[in-house]
Amino acid sequence: MPTRTIANKSIDVDAEGFMTNYKDWDLEVAKVLATEEGIAALNDRHLIVLNFMRKEFETKGDGPSIRKLTKESGVPTKELYELFPGGPAKKAAKIAGIKKPHGCI
Amino acid sequence: MNSAPDKIKKVSIIVSRGSLDGVYPGLIMANGARMEGIEANLFFTFFGLYAILGKYQDSIKIATVGNPAMRVPDAKGFPLPTWMGAIPGMSAFATSMMKKEMEKLDIPPVSEFVQMISDAGGKIYACKATVDMFHLTKEDFVPALDSVLTVGDFYELSAGGQIIFT
Repeated sequence: MPTRTIANKSIDVDAEGFMTNYKDWDLEVAKVLATEEGIAALNDRHLIVLNFMRKEFETKGDGPSIRKLTKESGVPTKELYELFPGGPAKKAAKIAGIKKPHGCI
Repeated sequence: MNSAPDKIKKVSIIVSRGSLDGVYPGLIMANGARMEGIEANLFFTFFGLYAILGKYQDSIKIATVGNPAMRVPDAKGFPLPTWMGAIPGMSAFATSMMKKEMEKLDIPPVSEFVQMISDAGGKIYACKATVDMFHLTKEDFVPALDSVLTVGDFYELSAGGQIIFT
């Protein structure tokens, strides 16, 4: 399991770059991960999504489906794709510091 | 020299059947493509067109007649004798059972799913030959419909991508 230094923290990630321990995450780490995913700055709407994903992961052990994410976080599908261009579920999961989601929907 | 194969960048998925199991695979694949950042076109033709007809899209059912793989009460149960599949209400019953399972997996009803794919940037197209044959007009379709296409148009917009027939 590779270890990376992100925002002066030593962080374990899997082969695809997803953090393996979500508790190591903080906003500074998220900012670095977001830049790597091509998102220059995280705004309030990004954070609503990231926090929802983390809460879901904490209780269920997996990231939410896009449907659940849009219905319960209040961020509609269109906006979600604009916030995380090129694949919201995985990109948001990576930046949120949770494991790669396993759902098909 | 070995190099990783190129990633799929674009898919055009044809939905040609109007049963529940005919419609959902295409919708799931199109939505899954958008989730991965893959460009997705959905082309509905023949009875598949019912998936984007506002009045009918949420009445789509599983075929219990002519479906020898059908088992009751669940996927690992007893094979349903084919003549029993024709009992009135059997298709509606099987459909409601399956919809319950789908809801548990967060798979949306057809109407919501089509809108979701459209909101995600997927394109929704109807086959012109079928539209003419079924005497349909723009008003029959869901608002998510992008346009009615000829086969030629479809090939043109599928250029450079994969075509999947379901």
